[in-house]
Amino acid sequence: MTITAVPNKPWAKSPRDRGRDIAFILISLVSSYVVVAVTPMKGKLAYAFLLFFSYAVITGIYSFITRGAPAAKDSIVKTLVAIGAILTVVPIASILFTVINKGLPGIHKGLFTTDMSLATPTDPIIVGGLLHAITGTLTLVVLALIMSVPIGILTALYLTEIQGKFSGPIRFLVQAMSGVPSIVAGLFILSSILYPITKSYSALMGALALTILMIPTVARTSEEVLLLIPNDLREAGTALGGTQWRTVAMIVLPAARSGLMTAVILGIARIAGETAPILLLTGGGDKVNPNAFSGSVGSLPYYIWKSFNAGSPEAITRAWAGLLVLMLLVLILFVAARALSSRKISK
Amino acid sequence: MSSTTLIPSPRDITTEPRRSDKVFRGVVTGGGLSSLVILGLIALFLAYRGYGVMRTEGLSFITSAKWEIAVDEAGNVTSSDFGLSAMLVGTILCSIVAVVIALPISVFSALFLNFYAPEWLKRILVTIIDMMAAFPSILFGIWGFLVLMPSVEYWAKIINKYLGWIPFFEVKPYFVTRSPFVAGVVLAIMIIPIITSISREIFAQAPLDRIQAAFALGATRWAMIKAVVIPHGRSGVIGGAMLGLGRAMGETVAVYTVLNIIFQINWHVLFGAGGNVASLIILRFGEASPYEINALMAAGLVLFLLTLIVNALANLIVKSTGKSGR
Repeated sequence: MTITAVPNKPWAKSPRDRGRDIAFILISLVSSYVVVAVTPMKGKLAYAFLLFFSYAVITGIYSFITRGAPAAKDSIVKTLVAIGAILTVVPIASILFTVINKGLPGIHKGLFTTDMSLATPTDPIIVGGLLHAITGTLTLVVLALIMSVPIGILTALYLTEIQGKFSGPIRFLVQAMSGVPSIVAGLFILSSILYPITKSYSALMGALALTILMIPTVARTSEEVLLLIPNDLREAGTALGGTQWRTVAMIVLPAARSGLMTAVILGIARIAGETAPILLLTGGGDKVNPNAFSGSVGSLPYYIWKSFNAGSPEAITRAWAGLLVLMLLVLILFVAARALSSRKISK
Repeated sequence: MSSTTLIPSPRDITTEPRRSDKVFRGVVTGGGLSSLVILGLIALFLAYRGYGVMRTEGLSFITSAKWEIAVDEAGNVTSSDFGLSAMLVGTILCSIVAVVIALPISVFSALFLNFYAPEWLKRILVTIIDMMAAFPSILFGIWGFLVLMPSVEYWAKIINKYLGWIPFFEVKPYFVTRSPFVAGVVLAIMIIPIITSISREIFAQAPLDRIQAAFALGATRWAMIKAVVIPHGRSGVIGGAMLGLGRAMGETVAVYTVLNIIFQINWHVLFGAGGNVASLIILRFGEASPYEINALMAAGLVLFLLTLIVNALANLIVKSTGKSGR
């Protein structure tokens, strides 16, 4: 008879441990139910609170009996941090659920082919659509991209390749810039360009404000990516006789390509739903406006804002549908950025 | 073979950068300085526009709570009284409520992610939390108004019922709708992802050898966290909380949708009257005369400087912890 050594995992949970865990949860469920039934505490809040409270107490007492006071503290803290994680995730679950639930009734065939120029807030949902908002958001994003991506990447290059004497202050200022409230960016464009020079709403004005908000995101993410490029590549470029310019343009930037794409996508996700500067600068028209440099232009956030403030049930449904489209856009961008950043250095 | 003619003439060896490099360095430095230029221009233009109003109002621009303007039929300003104190108090109140609620939750969930969650759960949760940080503020605003607000008002009533004897939680007259507390809760939900991810990164830098030493000495997980992780990460977490505070102060749309803006200083967090500098700008912008726009620009300048200071302090604190303890 041969004896096979069975790997023994003393740290793994035995069926008995699992059973005990489930029993604890059940006991705390029952006790929370009983307490709600007996005492004047009422509602979901009381249930949730009592469930966690009784679970913490029960596991705490059990640990105290089996392993003493430090273990009891440990198990109570374990419950607490789990509550923290749950409280962090609950709002997002609620947001996703509500937006999908309330936005779906507002989705119809004409949503992406018509604009709101002939529709009033109280018209049925079928009338009108998002075309002007989607083209407007697209215009804003493209214009902001054209301006912010070069500046953002140049800033990142300064911080990683040149490392001049301003590196410290500039890193600090880029951090500070990422904290500039979006409304202040809007006011700045309003005071410096819209009032003195153009005197009219346009997509360009909105895009300028969005550029200010997008530069820090692009610069910081690009900097992180460029720091990941191995120094060997730069040295190889220099050893082959390349100037710094050739090394950066031919070796470093191509190597960081997908990471830089991530930076750009995260930047777009940051500005796509930005509302406050759009409210100040773009005018929010209801028609598709093909001219990016003059005339009021609609956009998804403005559309949502307008519909939400109109207040009629149809308009609120429109706002939810707009939110659903905007949320999907941000989600897609985010997933794309994640997928790209999983391979930060391209072959 | 005579190949002497094929040998290229030797290059001069010099440390002088070539012209292409000089241009390159110039362009990159120019791009790098753009953040300085932009921040400078923001301060300059807002100050330029708001200067007139700030000079007329003097110190009462900060201390007065009124926001009134009278215009005659020709459109000339006959009298005006602009003061930001109610809005500033409201901004600070809302964002402090937000940080007080968000900080424990974020620290707990960061601890959970780093030291308690299994690897697969950690990866999912980190993705979800990062995604939440990218959500547009209008989403939080409308969700907060239509979904969250009824619950929060219910919580406010409970707090008032049991803790109403504390002056801070007093509600007189009884009106709890759209209070700073509601705005604070919405802001808290918005800044939880930010504080969580900063705290998570700082906790992850806790020295591994000391963590293992604590476990080897027989510490439970909580004892280890108390002895190693918290002393290491304390100031970094404070910095993260201040970044959240700066973000909460500058938030516009989400606050505007849920807050009842009243031009009156109110320190009672549950009472349905609040103020917010950023929301004031959105509220008054639509119907403002040119002179009032200038006042709004001055308000924007105050907000800009406030958030800049808070953010700068926060960054300094976060940066100094990143280096220590390693």
